[in-house]
Amino acid sequence: MCLAVPGQIESLYADNDTPMGKVNFGGVVKEVCMVYLPEVQIGDYVIVHVGFAIHQIDEESAQATLESFAELGLLDDELEDLRVSGEDS
Amino acid sequence: MKHLSEYRDGAKALKLAAEIARICKGNWAIMEVCGGQTHSIIRNGIDQIVPQNIEMIHGPGCPVCVTPISVIDKALEIAARRNVLFCSFGDMLRVPGTTSDLYRIKGGGGDVRIVYSPLDAVKLARKHPTREVVFLAIGFETTAPANAMAVKIAQQQDIHNFSVLVSHVLVPPAIEAIMNSPGNRVQAFLAAGHVCSVMGFHQYHRLASQYSIPIVVTGFEPLDLLDGIRRAVVQLEAGQSHVENAFPRVVTEAGNEVAQATIDEVFETTDRAWRGIGVIPQSGWRLKPKYAEFDAERRFAVEDIAPEESNACRAGEVLRGALKPHQCEAFGKQCTPRTPLGATMVSSEGACAAYYNYGRFVHP
Ligand code: SF4
Repeated sequence: MCLAVPGQIESLYADNDTPMGKVNFGGVVKEVCMVYLPEVQIGDYVIVHVGFAIHQIDEESAQATLESFAELGLLDDELEDLRVSGEDS
Repeated sequence: MKHLSEYRDGAKALKLAAEIARICKGNWAIMEVCGGQTHSIIRNGIDQIVPQNIEMIHGPGCPVCVTPISVIDKALEIAARRNVLFCSFGDMLRVPGTTSDLYRIKGGGGDVRIVYSPLDAVKLARKHPTREVVFLAIGFETTAPANAMAVKIAQQQDIHNFSVLVSHVLVPPAIEAIMNSPGNRVQAFLAAGHVCSVMGFHQYHRLASQYSIPIVVTGFEPLDLLDGIRRAVVQLEAGQSHVENAFPRVVTEAGNEVAQATIDEVFETTDRAWRGIGVIPQSGWRLKPKYAEFDAERRFAVEDIAPEESNACRAGEVLRGALKPHQCEAFGKQCTPRTPLGATMVSSEGACAAYYNYGRFVHP
Protein backbone atom coordinates (compact mmCIF):
# COMPACT_ATOMS: atom_id res chain seq x y z
CA MET A 1 0.00 0.00 0.00
CA CYS A 2 2.86 2.42 0.36
CA LEU A 3 3.59 2.74 -3.34
CA ALA A 4 2.04 5.50 -5.38
CA VAL A 5 1.07 4.28 -8.83
CA PRO A 6 0.86 6.51 -11.92
CA GLY A 7 -2.08 6.33 -14.32
CA GLN A 8 -3.88 8.31 -17.01
CA ILE A 9 -7.19 10.12 -16.46
CA GLU A 10 -9.92 8.78 -18.78
CA SER A 11 -12.89 10.73 -17.47
CA LEU A 12 -13.81 13.26 -14.80
CA TYR A 13 -17.12 13.54 -12.93
CA ALA A 14 -18.62 14.34 -9.53
CA ASP A 15 -19.94 11.83 -7.03
CA ASN A 16 -22.09 13.60 -4.40
CA ASP A 17 -20.07 16.79 -5.08
CA THR A 18 -16.72 14.99 -4.69
CA PRO A 19 -14.56 15.36 -7.83
CA MET A 20 -13.74 11.89 -9.14
CA GLY A 21 -12.21 10.38 -12.24
CA LYS A 22 -11.59 7.07 -13.96
CA VAL A 23 -7.87 6.40 -14.14
CA ASN A 24 -6.20 3.78 -16.30
CA PHE A 25 -3.23 1.97 -14.72
CA GLY A 26 -1.72 0.09 -17.61
CA GLY A 27 -5.06 -1.55 -18.50
CA VAL A 28 -6.79 -1.68 -15.11
CA VAL A 29 -9.28 1.18 -14.77
CA LYS A 30 -10.16 2.41 -11.31
CA GLU A 31 -12.18 5.19 -9.72
CA VAL A 32 -9.91 7.85 -8.23
CA CYS A 33 -10.65 10.90 -6.11
CA MET A 34 -9.40 14.15 -7.70
CA VAL A 35 -10.11 16.49 -4.82
CA TYR A 36 -6.41 17.22 -4.23
CA LEU A 37 -5.66 18.09 -7.85
CA PRO A 38 -8.42 20.50 -8.82
CA GLU A 39 -6.70 21.56 -12.06
CA VAL A 40 -6.31 18.18 -13.82
CA GLN A 41 -7.80 17.44 -17.25
CA ILE A 42 -8.71 14.27 -19.11
CA GLY A 43 -5.55 12.73 -20.58
CA ASP A 44 -3.28 13.97 -17.78
CA TYR A 45 -1.08 11.54 -15.86
CA VAL A 46 -1.34 11.49 -12.09
CA ILE A 47 0.29 9.61 -9.25
CA VAL A 48 -2.40 7.79 -7.30
CA HIS A 49 -2.06 6.67 -3.73
CA VAL A 50 -4.84 4.67 -2.01
CA GLY A 51 -7.45 5.95 -4.44
CA PHE A 52 -6.44 9.62 -4.41
CA ALA A 53 -4.51 11.51 -7.08
CA ILE A 54 -1.77 13.35 -5.19
CA HIS A 55 0.49 14.68 -7.93
CA GLN A 56 0.44 15.33 -11.64
CA ILE A 57 3.38 14.05 -13.71
CA ASP A 58 4.37 14.00 -17.36
CA GLU A 59 3.63 11.01 -19.55
CA GLU A 60 7.21 9.84 -19.88
CA SER A 61 7.77 9.78 -16.12
CA ALA A 62 4.50 7.90 -15.71
CA GLN A 63 5.44 5.24 -18.28
CA ALA A 64 8.91 4.83 -16.85
CA THR A 65 7.58 4.38 -13.33
CA LEU A 66 4.88 1.93 -14.42
CA GLU A 67 7.35 -0.20 -16.35
CA SER A 68 9.78 -0.17 -13.50
CA PHE A 69 7.07 -1.17 -11.00
CA ALA A 70 5.90 -3.92 -13.34
CA GLU A 71 9.43 -5.24 -13.74
CA LEU A 72 9.98 -5.26 -10.00
CA GLY A 73 6.72 -7.15 -9.55
CA LEU A 74 5.46 -4.32 -7.36
CA LEU A 75 2.49 -3.54 -9.54
CA ASP A 76 1.04 -6.99 -8.87
CA ASP A 77 1.03 -6.32 -5.15
CA GLU A 78 -0.54 -2.90 -5.55
CA LEU A 79 -3.11 -3.94 -8.13
CA GLU A 80 -4.01 -7.03 -6.12
CA ASP A 81 -5.86 -4.89 -3.55
CA LEU A 82 -7.44 -3.05 -6.40
CA ARG A 83 -8.79 -6.28 -7.89
CA VAL A 84 -9.87 -7.82 -4.62
CA SER A 85 -11.53 -4.60 -3.51
CA GLY A 86 -13.59 -4.55 -6.69
CA GLU A 87 -15.59 -7.55 -5.52
CA ASP A 88 -18.10 -5.97 -3.21
CA SER A 89 -17.69 -2.27 -2.80
CA MET B 1 11.51 4.11 -24.30
CA LYS B 2 13.76 7.09 -24.05
CA HIS B 3 12.68 8.13 -20.61
CA LEU B 4 13.03 4.65 -19.22
CA SER B 5 16.54 4.45 -20.51
CA GLU B 6 17.17 7.74 -18.79
CA TYR B 7 16.16 6.56 -15.33
CA ARG B 8 17.03 2.87 -15.54
CA ASP B 9 19.93 2.58 -17.94
CA GLY B 10 22.48 0.10 -16.54
CA ALA B 11 25.48 1.82 -18.14
CA LYS B 12 24.40 5.14 -16.65
CA ALA B 13 23.94 3.47 -13.28
CA LEU B 14 27.50 2.16 -13.38
CA LYS B 15 28.76 5.58 -14.44
CA LEU B 16 26.95 7.17 -11.52
CA ALA B 17 28.33 4.49 -9.21
CA ALA B 18 31.84 5.20 -10.54
CA GLU B 19 31.31 8.91 -9.94
CA ILE B 20 30.22 8.16 -6.37
CA ALA B 21 33.35 6.03 -5.91
CA ARG B 22 35.50 8.87 -7.27
CA ILE B 23 34.20 11.48 -4.86
CA CYS B 24 33.75 9.23 -1.84
CA LYS B 25 36.76 9.39 0.48
CA GLY B 26 35.34 8.79 3.97
CA ASN B 27 33.15 6.06 5.44
CA TRP B 28 29.51 7.09 5.34
CA ALA B 29 26.25 5.61 6.61
CA ILE B 30 23.21 6.78 4.67
CA MET B 31 19.65 5.90 5.61
CA GLU B 32 16.79 5.63 3.13
CA VAL B 33 13.65 6.34 5.12
CA CYS B 34 11.10 4.73 2.83
CA GLY B 35 10.32 0.99 2.52
CA GLY B 36 9.67 1.39 -1.22
CA GLN B 37 13.21 2.69 -1.60
CA THR B 38 14.60 -0.16 0.53
CA HIS B 39 12.89 -2.60 -1.83
CA SER B 40 14.32 -0.91 -4.91
CA ILE B 41 17.82 -0.70 -3.39
CA ILE B 42 17.94 -4.40 -2.54
CA ARG B 43 16.21 -5.53 -5.75
CA ASN B 44 18.62 -3.57 -7.91
CA GLY B 45 21.68 -4.28 -5.79
CA ILE B 46 22.33 -0.57 -5.36
CA ASP B 47 23.92 -1.15 -1.97
CA GLN B 48 26.36 -3.48 -3.74
CA ILE B 49 27.40 -1.23 -6.63
CA VAL B 50 28.17 1.77 -4.47
CA PRO B 51 31.68 1.80 -2.94
CA GLN B 52 32.19 -0.37 0.12
CA ASN B 53 32.77 2.62 2.35
CA ILE B 54 29.12 3.62 1.92
CA GLU B 55 26.72 1.67 4.09
CA MET B 56 23.03 1.86 3.24
CA ILE B 57 20.96 1.66 6.41
CA HIS B 58 17.28 0.84 6.04
CA GLY B 59 14.87 3.13 7.82
CA PRO B 60 11.46 2.75 9.41
CA GLY B 61 9.43 3.93 6.41
CA CYS B 62 7.04 1.03 5.96
CA PRO B 63 3.61 1.85 7.37
CA VAL B 64 2.63 -1.79 7.77
CA CYS B 65 5.84 -2.53 9.69
CA VAL B 66 5.62 0.33 12.16
CA THR B 67 1.95 -0.02 13.07
CA PRO B 68 2.10 -0.94 16.76
CA ILE B 69 0.77 -4.25 17.97
CA SER B 70 -1.70 -2.38 20.23
CA VAL B 71 -3.44 -1.04 17.11
CA ILE B 72 -3.55 -4.52 15.56
CA ASP B 73 -5.04 -5.89 18.77
CA LYS B 74 -7.67 -3.14 18.76
CA ALA B 75 -8.43 -3.89 15.12
CA LEU B 76 -8.83 -7.61 15.92
CA GLU B 77 -11.14 -6.85 18.83
CA ILE B 78 -13.35 -4.59 16.71
CA ALA B 79 -13.31 -6.82 13.62
CA ALA B 80 -14.49 -9.81 15.64
CA ARG B 81 -17.65 -8.03 16.78
CA ARG B 82 -21.00 -8.89 15.31
CA ASN B 83 -22.41 -6.32 12.93
CA VAL B 84 -18.97 -4.85 12.17
CA LEU B 85 -17.73 -4.71 8.60
CA PHE B 86 -14.00 -4.17 8.98
CA CYS B 87 -12.04 -2.65 6.08
CA SER B 88 -8.29 -2.58 5.62
CA PHE B 89 -5.57 -2.42 3.00
CA GLY B 90 -4.66 -5.98 2.04
CA ASP B 91 -1.16 -6.09 3.47
CA MET B 92 -2.42 -5.45 7.02
CA LEU B 93 -4.32 -8.75 7.14
CA ARG B 94 -1.35 -10.96 7.96
CA VAL B 95 0.31 -8.66 10.47
CA PRO B 96 0.37 -10.57 13.75
CA GLY B 97 -1.29 -9.13 16.84
CA THR B 98 -0.77 -10.64 20.29
CA THR B 99 -2.74 -13.82 19.58
CA SER B 100 -4.18 -13.60 16.08
CA ASP B 101 -4.34 -11.63 12.82
CA LEU B 102 -7.11 -10.22 10.63
CA TYR B 103 -7.03 -13.22 8.26
CA ARG B 104 -7.85 -15.54 11.12
CA ILE B 105 -10.65 -13.25 12.28
CA LYS B 106 -11.99 -13.39 8.73
CA GLY B 107 -11.61 -17.19 8.64
CA GLY B 108 -13.49 -17.38 11.93
CA GLY B 109 -16.48 -15.60 10.43
CA GLY B 110 -15.56 -11.93 10.91
CA ASP B 111 -16.52 -9.67 8.02
CA VAL B 112 -13.07 -8.36 7.07
CA ARG B 113 -12.74 -6.77 3.66
CA ILE B 114 -9.79 -5.55 1.64
CA VAL B 115 -10.27 -2.10 0.18
CA TYR B 116 -8.12 -0.16 -2.23
CA SER B 117 -9.12 3.26 -0.93
CA PRO B 118 -10.69 4.58 2.28
CA LEU B 119 -13.46 5.91 0.02
CA ASP B 120 -14.40 2.30 -0.74
CA ALA B 121 -15.04 1.90 2.99
CA VAL B 122 -17.24 5.03 3.01
CA LYS B 123 -19.17 3.55 0.08
CA LEU B 124 -19.67 0.29 1.97
CA ALA B 125 -21.03 2.30 4.90
CA ARG B 126 -23.50 4.00 2.58
CA LYS B 127 -24.52 0.66 1.12
CA HIS B 128 -24.94 -1.11 4.49
CA PRO B 129 -26.58 1.51 6.73
CA THR B 130 -27.50 -0.95 9.47
CA ARG B 131 -23.92 -2.15 9.95
CA GLU B 132 -20.89 -0.51 11.54
CA VAL B 133 -18.16 0.00 8.93
CA VAL B 134 -14.68 0.52 10.38
CA PHE B 135 -11.57 1.45 8.40
CA LEU B 136 -8.03 0.81 9.64
CA ALA B 137 -6.40 4.17 8.83
CA ILE B 138 -2.65 3.59 8.91
CA GLY B 139 0.20 5.13 6.99
CA PHE B 140 2.59 8.01 6.63
CA GLU B 141 1.89 11.46 5.25
CA THR B 142 1.14 10.00 1.80
CA THR B 143 -1.96 8.15 3.02
CA ALA B 144 -3.20 10.83 5.41
CA PRO B 145 -4.91 13.06 2.80
CA ALA B 146 -7.05 10.11 1.67
CA ASN B 147 -8.00 9.09 5.20
CA ALA B 148 -8.73 12.68 6.22
CA MET B 149 -10.97 13.13 3.19
CA ALA B 150 -12.85 9.89 3.89
CA VAL B 151 -13.79 11.26 7.32
CA LYS B 152 -14.78 14.63 5.87
CA ILE B 153 -16.94 13.03 3.22
CA ALA B 154 -18.65 10.78 5.77
CA GLN B 155 -19.47 13.86 7.81
CA GLN B 156 -20.67 15.87 4.82
CA GLN B 157 -22.88 13.02 3.66
CA ASP B 158 -24.30 12.30 7.13
CA ILE B 159 -22.89 8.78 7.21
CA HIS B 160 -22.86 7.89 10.89
CA ASN B 161 -22.13 4.15 10.71
CA PHE B 162 -18.54 4.83 9.57
CA SER B 163 -15.50 5.17 11.79
CA VAL B 164 -11.72 4.99 11.50
CA LEU B 165 -9.11 3.34 13.69
CA VAL B 166 -6.32 5.89 13.22
CA SER B 167 -2.64 5.05 13.49
CA HIS B 168 -0.90 7.69 11.40
CA VAL B 169 2.82 8.26 11.70
CA LEU B 170 5.05 11.12 10.55
CA VAL B 171 8.50 11.08 9.01
CA PRO B 172 10.22 14.17 10.51
CA PRO B 173 9.78 13.12 14.18
CA ALA B 174 11.07 9.65 13.21
CA ILE B 175 14.19 11.21 11.70
CA GLU B 176 14.62 13.17 14.90
CA ALA B 177 14.17 10.06 17.06
CA ILE B 178 16.77 8.20 15.01
CA MET B 179 19.25 11.08 15.30
CA ASN B 180 18.67 11.25 19.07
CA SER B 181 18.90 7.50 19.67
CA PRO B 182 22.02 6.27 21.47
CA GLY B 183 24.52 4.68 19.10
CA ASN B 184 22.98 6.30 16.04
CA ARG B 185 25.23 5.87 13.00
CA VAL B 186 23.17 7.66 10.34
CA GLN B 187 25.03 10.54 8.71
CA ALA B 188 22.67 11.44 5.87
CA PHE B 189 19.07 10.76 4.88
CA LEU B 190 17.39 10.02 1.59
CA ALA B 191 13.92 11.47 2.19
CA ALA B 192 10.93 9.60 0.78
CA GLY B 193 9.78 11.10 -2.52
CA HIS B 194 6.08 10.38 -2.21
CA VAL B 195 5.78 11.64 1.35
CA CYS B 196 7.39 14.85 0.11
CA SER B 197 5.04 15.05 -2.86
CA VAL B 198 2.27 15.64 -0.30
CA MET B 199 4.14 17.52 2.44
CA GLY B 200 6.85 19.29 0.44
CA PHE B 201 10.27 19.50 2.05
CA HIS B 202 10.18 22.86 3.82
CA GLN B 203 9.93 21.08 7.17
CA TYR B 204 13.33 19.37 6.67
CA HIS B 205 15.47 22.52 6.71
CA ARG B 206 15.36 22.75 10.50
CA LEU B 207 16.34 19.06 10.89
CA ALA B 208 19.24 19.36 8.45
CA SER B 209 20.76 22.29 10.30
CA GLN B 210 19.94 21.18 13.85
CA TYR B 211 21.52 17.73 13.38
CA SER B 212 24.05 18.75 10.72
CA ILE B 213 22.83 16.06 8.32
CA PRO B 214 22.35 16.24 4.57
CA ILE B 215 18.76 15.35 3.60
CA VAL B 216 18.18 14.53 -0.07
CA VAL B 217 14.62 14.11 -1.37
CA THR B 218 14.89 10.99 -3.54
CA GLY B 219 12.76 8.97 -5.96
CA PHE B 220 12.47 5.22 -6.49
CA GLU B 221 14.15 4.37 -9.80
CA PRO B 222 17.70 3.01 -9.61
CA LEU B 223 19.15 6.18 -11.09
CA ASP B 224 17.06 8.35 -8.77
CA LEU B 225 18.47 6.46 -5.81
CA LEU B 226 22.05 6.61 -7.08
CA ASP B 227 21.71 10.31 -7.72
CA GLY B 228 20.34 10.77 -4.20
CA ILE B 229 23.31 8.88 -2.78
CA ARG B 230 25.72 10.88 -4.93
CA ARG B 231 24.34 14.19 -3.73
CA ALA B 232 24.45 13.02 -0.11
CA VAL B 233 28.10 11.99 -0.53
CA VAL B 234 29.02 15.32 -2.13
CA GLN B 235 27.60 17.09 0.92
CA LEU B 236 29.19 14.67 3.40
CA GLU B 237 32.62 15.06 1.80
CA ALA B 238 32.29 18.85 1.85
CA GLY B 239 31.03 18.90 5.43
CA GLN B 240 27.72 20.41 4.31
CA SER B 241 24.25 19.68 5.62
CA HIS B 242 21.36 21.08 3.68
CA VAL B 243 18.19 19.88 2.01
CA GLU B 244 18.34 19.02 -1.67
CA ASN B 245 15.57 17.94 -4.04
CA ALA B 246 16.70 15.10 -6.32
CA PHE B 247 13.11 14.26 -7.33
CA PRO B 248 11.87 17.54 -8.85
CA ARG B 249 9.63 15.81 -11.39
CA VAL B 250 7.31 14.85 -8.52
CA VAL B 251 8.26 17.00 -5.51
CA THR B 252 8.08 20.74 -4.89
CA GLU B 253 9.19 22.62 -1.78
CA ALA B 254 5.60 23.45 -0.83
CA GLY B 255 4.06 20.04 -1.63
CA ASN B 256 0.33 19.60 -2.22
CA GLU B 257 -1.14 22.45 -0.21
CA VAL B 258 -4.77 21.44 -0.75
CA ALA B 259 -3.99 18.06 0.79
CA GLN B 260 -2.08 19.63 3.68
CA ALA B 261 -5.05 21.90 4.46
CA THR B 262 -7.41 18.91 4.67
CA ILE B 263 -5.00 17.00 6.92
CA ASP B 264 -4.83 20.09 9.16
CA GLU B 265 -8.56 20.34 9.31
CA VAL B 266 -9.17 16.72 10.29
CA PHE B 267 -6.06 15.65 12.22
CA GLU B 268 -3.91 17.00 15.03
CA THR B 269 -0.49 15.76 16.11
CA THR B 270 -0.16 13.32 18.99
CA ASP B 271 2.41 11.02 20.59
CA ARG B 272 2.42 7.73 18.71
CA ALA B 273 3.83 4.28 19.47
CA TRP B 274 5.89 2.73 16.64
CA ARG B 275 6.16 -1.02 16.49
CA GLY B 276 9.45 -2.17 17.94
CA ILE B 277 10.60 1.39 18.58
CA GLY B 278 8.26 2.66 21.26
CA VAL B 279 6.57 6.00 21.68
CA ILE B 280 7.95 8.93 19.70
CA PRO B 281 6.60 12.27 20.93
CA GLN B 282 4.34 14.14 18.51
CA SER B 283 5.07 11.58 15.80
CA GLY B 284 1.55 10.85 14.67
CA TRP B 285 -1.86 12.20 13.84
CA ARG B 286 -5.20 11.55 15.49
CA LEU B 287 -8.67 12.90 14.76
CA LYS B 288 -9.43 16.40 16.02
CA PRO B 289 -12.16 16.60 18.70
CA LYS B 290 -14.70 17.90 16.19
CA TYR B 291 -14.41 14.57 14.33
CA ALA B 292 -14.52 12.44 17.50
CA GLU B 293 -17.74 10.83 16.32
CA PHE B 294 -15.71 8.99 13.67
CA ASP B 295 -13.11 7.64 16.10
CA ALA B 296 -13.42 3.84 16.20
CA GLU B 297 -11.40 3.60 19.43
CA ARG B 298 -14.06 5.60 21.23
CA ARG B 299 -17.01 4.08 19.48
CA PHE B 300 -15.92 0.55 20.40
CA ALA B 301 -14.24 1.48 23.70
CA VAL B 302 -10.91 -0.23 22.93
CA GLU B 303 -8.64 2.62 24.11
CA ASP B 304 -7.15 0.57 26.93
CA ILE B 305 -6.07 -2.60 25.13
CA ALA B 306 -2.42 -3.30 26.00
CA PRO B 307 -0.50 -5.93 24.03
CA GLU B 308 2.38 -8.27 24.66
CA GLU B 309 5.16 -7.99 22.11
CA SER B 310 7.08 -11.15 21.13
CA ASN B 311 10.74 -10.81 22.12
CA ALA B 312 12.08 -13.24 19.53
CA CYS B 313 11.60 -10.62 16.82
CA ARG B 314 14.18 -7.86 16.51
CA ALA B 315 12.19 -5.70 14.12
CA GLY B 316 12.63 -2.71 16.42
CA GLU B 317 16.37 -2.76 15.87
CA VAL B 318 15.90 -3.36 12.15
CA LEU B 319 13.54 -0.37 11.94
CA ARG B 320 16.01 1.86 13.77
CA GLY B 321 18.80 0.81 11.46
CA ALA B 322 20.76 -0.81 14.32
CA LEU B 323 20.53 -4.34 12.87
CA LYS B 324 20.42 -5.74 9.34
CA PRO B 325 17.61 -8.29 8.80
CA HIS B 326 19.95 -11.25 8.18
CA GLN B 327 21.68 -10.55 11.49
CA CYS B 328 18.46 -11.54 13.29
CA GLU B 329 18.69 -15.10 14.68
CA ALA B 330 15.23 -16.01 13.37
CA PHE B 331 15.77 -14.65 9.85
CA GLY B 332 15.07 -17.32 7.23
CA LYS B 333 14.66 -19.95 9.92
CA GLN B 334 11.60 -19.56 12.14
CA CYS B 335 10.82 -16.31 10.34
CA THR B 336 10.02 -16.31 6.61
CA PRO B 337 7.38 -14.49 4.55
CA ARG B 338 5.15 -17.58 4.98
CA THR B 339 5.72 -17.76 8.72
CA PRO B 340 6.45 -14.17 9.69
CA LEU B 341 7.34 -13.37 13.29
CA GLY B 342 7.37 -9.64 12.74
CA ALA B 343 5.77 -7.02 10.56
CA THR B 344 9.02 -6.28 8.72
CA MET B 345 8.76 -9.80 7.26
CA VAL B 346 5.00 -9.55 6.58
CA SER B 347 4.97 -6.48 4.41
CA SER B 348 6.43 -6.85 0.93
CA GLU B 349 8.11 -3.47 1.50
CA GLY B 350 9.56 -4.47 4.86
CA ALA B 351 13.34 -4.72 5.12
CA CYS B 352 13.26 -8.37 6.32
CA ALA B 353 11.04 -9.42 3.40
CA ALA B 354 13.25 -7.56 0.91
CA TYR B 355 16.36 -9.34 2.24
CA TYR B 356 14.56 -12.69 2.18
CA ASN B 357 13.05 -12.33 -1.29
CA TYR B 358 16.31 -11.24 -2.89
CA GLY B 359 18.42 -13.87 -1.18
CA ARG B 360 20.47 -11.65 1.13
CA PHE B 361 21.29 -14.36 3.63
CA VAL B 362 24.86 -13.36 4.30
CA HIS B 363 26.41 -9.95 4.78
CA PRO B 364 27.37 -8.47 1.40
S1 SF4 C 1 13.74 -11.63 10.48
FE1 SF4 C 1 11.66 -11.91 11.36
S2 SF4 C 1 12.01 -12.16 13.55
FE2 SF4 C 1 13.89 -11.24 12.71
S3 SF4 C 1 13.57 -9.00 12.88
FE3 SF4 C 1 12.85 -9.57 10.84
S4 SF4 C 1 10.64 -9.92 11.15
FE4 SF4 C 1 11.56 -9.98 13.21
